[in-house]
Amino acid sequence: MRSVVSTLELRRPRSIREALTMLRDDGPFVPLAGATDLYVALNFGTLTATRFLDLWPLEPLRRVEMRGDVLSLGALVTYTSLTRSRLVTQRLPMLVDAARLVGGVQIQNRGTIGGNIANGSPAGDTLPVFAAADAVVVARSASTERRIPFVELYSGYRTTVLRPDELIVAVEVPALHGGQWFRKVGTRAAQAISKIVIAAIDGDAPRVALGSVGPVVVRARRAEQALAAGQGIDAAVAALQTEISPIDDVRSTAEYRRVVAGNLLREFWTRATGRPRPDA
Amino acid sequence: MQFTLNGREVDVAAHPMRRLLDVLREDCELTGTKEGCGEGECGACTVLIDGQAVVSCLVPFAQVDGRDVRTIEGADAQALQRAFMDHVGAQCGICTPGMIMAAMSLGPDPTRKQMQEALAGNLCRCTGYEAIYRAIGEAKRANRRTPLGVESIG
Ligand SMILES: Cc1cc2nc3c(=O)[nH]c(=O)nc-3n(C[C@H](O)[C@H](O)[C@H](O)COP(=O)(O)OP(=O)(O)OC[C@H]3O[C@@H](n4cnc5c(N)ncnc54)[C@H](O)[C@@H]3O)c2cc1C
Ligand code: FES
Ligand code: FES
Repeated sequence: MRSVVSTLELRRPRSIREALTMLRDDGPFVPLAGATDLYVALNFGTLTATRFLDLWPLEPLRRVEMRGDVLSLGALVTYTSLTRSRLVTQRLPMLVDAARLVGGVQIQNRGTIGGNIANGSPAGDTLPVFAAADAVVVARSASTERRIPFVELYSGYRTTVLRPDELIVAVEVPALHGGQWFRKVGTRAAQAISKIVIAAIDGDAPRVALGSVGPVVVRARRAEQALAAGQGIDAAVAALQTEISPIDDVRSTAEYRRVVAGNLLREFWTRATGRPRPDA
Repeated sequence: MQFTLNGREVDVAAHPMRRLLDVLREDCELTGTKEGCGEGECGACTVLIDGQAVVSCLVPFAQVDGRDVRTIEGADAQALQRAFMDHVGAQCGICTPGMIMAAMSLGPDPTRKQMQEALAGNLCRCTGYEAIYRAIGEAKRANRRTPLGVESIG
């Protein structure tokens, strides 16, 4: 390991309220959840922060529940608990599909949705799911609670509009109508960071979001409009190309990502139009 | 920090941000858990926390507070260990403790797909995995025939 831990500080609040008070009065602290992103950085010696706040013991953040018609997922919900949840399987099957493809079992047992969202990697696998689902991020501080539409959370590459005294406490997903679809394209099935990832919902107002095609997750509104207006899949793919900005990096090239993004949209639409509509 | 280690209550004084891997190897002198990559990719450092496989290179020591930690030394996995020997499921052996810990979560008579999924986070540079799947398949079958299976993890 390339970091010296003796200079690091870890606070261990016993409740969410205590955590928020610590953030307000003694912050800044970096929240620590399953540590599957943070400890990779610690091992590499690239972690510059020195003060941390341990969220792991905060059991109320592990809840999966319905609030009226809204599915509420606590920030500490792991990939493993997503795949085991009947509620999530019924209401948001594309999130279960995404969770099954994250890392290997060991990462699924520790990685959390709050960590995936706050980490804000454009390759984060749950991000397109929440973007397509019109999810809302519940951010709480000692004095306020805000509901941030997921598509407004990211202000740039790996930066969010969250304030240093706020924690993500939950993600809320409204009722969805229409078939859900998730695809991840990587070098292999397990333990691979996505080259490109897509989540989509069909129906009269199709919704499409993609990851790894820009600095932040992209909700493909123009492609959606083309599909909803019946302009056909070629027009939708052309529209999609105007709203993504993929780059060349270690995992893939911009050109490959443009071609595959178009192909994935076509695959989604072929499935969507080949299946009877839920309202038909 | 108080926790259960291989079935025994222990109290270990170590910095809360140290990696569980280092505390196990250096403070608890349990060197069966190996470090491969130190970045969560290889699974060599796999241990069980509350029965779930995790990579101990990515676990802050503070987070085992009050939990149940199981390492290869306390795994009670003789059937798996013997089958790994019989089928040469271990060559250089660096991946083996992690493979066995990850395999503990499999039920009796796992399918090939179930084994591949359970071991997806464990890399082996030597065996090509076939011998490992054969070993696990046999151990889990043998286990099923033995009502008092030696693999209960308590
Ligand atoms: C081997 C390996 C494979 C991986 N594979 C994938 C993959 O396939 N797909 C994928 O998307 N990711 C993958 N990851 C990345 C990682 O596992 C996920 O991003 C995971 O969801 C992070 O969650 P965590 O709880 O471990 O976050 P942590 O590492 O604890 O935290 C990550 C960031 O989020 C912040 N944070 C955490 N919780 C909160 C909160 N409640 N409020 C505010 N901020 C918070 C932290 O401060 C930190 O900045 C992989 C990682 C590894 C090591
Ligand atoms: S050493 Fe922990 S996963 Fe490789
Ligand atoms: S036996 Fe050498 S890495 Fe698996």
